[in-house]
Amino acid sequence: MQRRTTLKLAAALLTATMLGGSAYAQETIKLGAVAPKTGPLAGGAAVTHWPNIKLWVEEVNGRGGIDVGGTKMMVEVVEYDDQTNPAETIAAVTRLATQDEADFILAPYSTGLNLAAAPIFDRFGYPQITSTASTDRVAELSGQFNDLFFLLGQNSEIVGDAVEILSKLRDAGTIGNKVAMVNVADAFGIELASTAKPIFEAAGFELVYETSYPLGTPDLSPVMKAAKAADPDAFVAWSYPPDTFGLTEQAIIEQLDVGVFYTAVATAFPAFKGRFGAAAEGIMGIGGVNADSEAFQDYAKRHMDATGAAPDYWASGMMYASLQILEQAITGAGTLDRETVTQYIKDNAFETVMGTVEFDDNNNNPSYWTVGQWQGDAFRGVASTGREGVVDVKLKEGWE
Amino acid sequence: MTGTEARNLALAAVAFAVVACLPLAGSAYWLAIGVTIAMYTVLATSWALFSGPTHYISLATAAFFGVGSYTTAIGIEHLPYWTLPPIAGVLGAVLAALVGLATLRLSGVYFVIFTLGLAELVRQVIIWFQNVSGTKGLYVLTSITEAHIFWQLTGLAALVYLVGWAIWRSRLGFALRIIGDDEEVARHSGINTAGAKVLLFMVPGAVAAITGAILAPRYVYIEPATAFTPMLSFQVVIMALLGGTSRLWGPLVGVIPFTFLWEAISASFPNQTTLLLGICFLLIVYLLPKGFVGLLQAARKRVETREAWA
Amino acid sequence: MDILITGLLLGGTYALIAMGLNLQYGIARIMNLANGEMLVAGGFAAFWFWTAGQISPLLTIFLVAPVAFVANWLIYRIMLRPLVKRAKSRGQLEVDSILATFGLAFVSVGLMLAVFGGDYFSYSHLARPVHILGDTYALNRLTAFLAAVVICGALYLWLNLSRPGVSIRAIAVSPESARLVGIDVPKLAAIAFALGGAVTATGGALISMFFTLDASTGVLFTLKALVIVIMGGVGDVRGTIVAALLLGIMETFVASAIDPGLTLAAAYLLFVLILLFRPQGLFGRRGT
Repeated sequence: MQRRTTLKLAAALLTATMLGGSAYAQETIKLGAVAPKTGPLAGGAAVTHWPNIKLWVEEVNGRGGIDVGGTKMMVEVVEYDDQTNPAETIAAVTRLATQDEADFILAPYSTGLNLAAAPIFDRFGYPQITSTASTDRVAELSGQFNDLFFLLGQNSEIVGDAVEILSKLRDAGTIGNKVAMVNVADAFGIELASTAKPIFEAAGFELVYETSYPLGTPDLSPVMKAAKAADPDAFVAWSYPPDTFGLTEQAIIEQLDVGVFYTAVATAFPAFKGRFGAAAEGIMGIGGVNADSEAFQDYAKRHMDATGAAPDYWASGMMYASLQILEQAITGAGTLDRETVTQYIKDNAFETVMGTVEFDDNNNNPSYWTVGQWQGDAFRGVASTGREGVVDVKLKEGWE
Repeated sequence: MTGTEARNLALAAVAFAVVACLPLAGSAYWLAIGVTIAMYTVLATSWALFSGPTHYISLATAAFFGVGSYTTAIGIEHLPYWTLPPIAGVLGAVLAALVGLATLRLSGVYFVIFTLGLAELVRQVIIWFQNVSGTKGLYVLTSITEAHIFWQLTGLAALVYLVGWAIWRSRLGFALRIIGDDEEVARHSGINTAGAKVLLFMVPGAVAAITGAILAPRYVYIEPATAFTPMLSFQVVIMALLGGTSRLWGPLVGVIPFTFLWEAISASFPNQTTLLLGICFLLIVYLLPKGFVGLLQAARKRVETREAWA
Repeated sequence: MDILITGLLLGGTYALIAMGLNLQYGIARIMNLANGEMLVAGGFAAFWFWTAGQISPLLTIFLVAPVAFVANWLIYRIMLRPLVKRAKSRGQLEVDSILATFGLAFVSVGLMLAVFGGDYFSYSHLARPVHILGDTYALNRLTAFLAAVVICGALYLWLNLSRPGVSIRAIAVSPESARLVGIDVPKLAAIAFALGGAVTATGGALISMFFTLDASTGVLFTLKALVIVIMGGVGDVRGTIVAALLLGIMETFVASAIDPGLTLAAAYLLFVLILLFRPQGLFGRRGT
């Protein structure tokens, strides 16, 4: 009995593995999607990544599909959970390319998982339009991986613009010269902090408190107390989602009195505003959007209707834009041939919810939002590398 | 060396030669699965070399793996790639020796959790150091392909099997089997139990570090959270235990079905992957109490009895 | 002083995280790797009641505790009891329970993902400053600390004064002898396991006031709880409390006086050092 069950199980397994790449007449466009549904980054992907795929597929198929050389083709998505494990990302992208024979594969989520998958995308010639990868090695990477595109921007610009905002406020005399800077000791946090330190110093700021804290620190109150004791004029944290929430809560409790309060990843999440309400007013963070643009407002409404949640004000729009770019490139190229489509992406400009996107010679999107600020109900862009709709920075005034 | 041993050795050599041809088949899909199997075979087999005879469950694999990944990530800027896996191996062995010396007095679950705590300690110290030294993101951009990685791992696996076989035949192996049966007895019969354990613990330490060093180019971007993921330690233990640790080939028969199961579930049920994997673990625990080795041995015994009757 | 109080508050949080596991491992002998998922589930319940009807987590726990008790009792009876029966030795049971509860952890994550989705769940409750001796602390952490004091105190008294409590402690010391003196070991082990689950879920509901959780975060809490339980010594409530407080104070001290970047490193260093000098943990007995 037991042996028979085992045999059956083995047979089922074998068929499940063997099946997969059966050929069929091309009526639909098969897209692959790999991103975390579980693991440490699942929380972020559930806000930024997956809802946009759902929304976009619904919309495209609602319109009757994507126009490919005159014929409308419906879109079908094969989704895989990579469990926030780069080995699984590699396995899943390979599976999509070879077993599912996907026509296109959507870029994975986060810098690390995107770069782990880049060699596979490159090898099979899939365009990889990343919307959640941020790096300073764009030139080197796009040199090695010819099909790799970057929408989200470069760390040095994101950091540089934040420092510039502080410099302007200081030069106008609204804040002083003292900055408290902390960072989460994980890849992105370390990278941003080590980029920021020399820029702050070059701009003549005095770093009165500077520290890192490990990812998953259970109590950030010592950090906030020490920062407060240093009496800074601005507080800057290169933080990740759980500690972005934690630091802000501690700042409220300590009633940290600063003119600028900046936290990094997740400041732009609707859940941030949901949790802190009026206290969020004036808090700055990575990202931002042109919240007054019709394109974004319309997108936010559709996002809400289709997924029941609001988009975030940083990478969500970029994620959706990456899907729009793919769609427009397929239609523009008039074919599903990946090489042609990739070339089309390189050669053309695209209209997206985030505005016009045109990649430079390094496959990098040169104009993106770098700093945003909670003003009223929206996280508005206050600095960008050439986007329209920048609003004026406000000072952080209290926590009520 | 007896005749049977020579025959087994030759068979194993042929098997490895066949396995090494996988990349030539040209399927990226099967190669990716091959890399996964090779990686876990190496990790789980070397893990079982220590934990099988001593019954000490170590959850420190991730620490050694992470140290290896970091060795490549930091070293690739300064040294040629081929020097890095051996360096990682030495670092792993030294670290393992330290861990081994520190854990001599611990037994049972205290040892299990100690290794877990130690793995976290190593990770925290390395991350702190990376942060303080102002090292920016760690990129490993090389021209090393999936096939190269597979061959390196297969070679490493062959090495692990040779070491395991050599230990089994040696006085050390004999001493360890006695320790596993009854540490008290072992001590009374004049075996240096502490020395034997430390020596043996260096094997999985070095091997896991080398594996981490070999795999770093595959991940391109090295993040502490993924290089040191505690999940890896658990998965290695689970696979080794599912296979069975009483035989050198035990972990292999755990790793192979496990990898296919994982692949089949990930591919077929993307939204319930975690849920179904959990259910499968439970089923295996309840239906196969002795692991896959137990299953195979039971099957062989049945065949043998049938032959005896015929 | 400030460090001491902040450290004590954090220690209270740790006690909430680890106390349930101590009961489950120390008495029912199940090394429950799904412990963190039970904690997150408790946090989910608190979050859900808060967002749905602004019901305070302090009320929610009175629902969470009994539900978690029943759920864990069922888990023990259905899933774990067969393993206990089957195990020929302590080591065998340890291996089996690691495998089984690892599977259970996966199942729990999968279920929570299906029911609640993968998003962060984060809300603000009692995030107000309170002033003690001239320093500020978060009211929600103080509340959780007081709850921890109540829960741990009640457990300690119950285990030491009541008849079932004493019987349960007898099991922790020696299951075989406990059976000989007429203690219904299977029944009480199930109760201890269920109680542990209830304490963990309650702790989850309380700490969700200030921790940002999602469906996958359970494993982090499991790791922490394992470290605390082992540090304190298996099967002793006092050990877990002392270890939790020690860890809280140590982390706060390092974060305040040395470098926050070394907080967790210091915590694990403390753990490693304690085991080096007391291999059985602070309050553990030799030979268990």
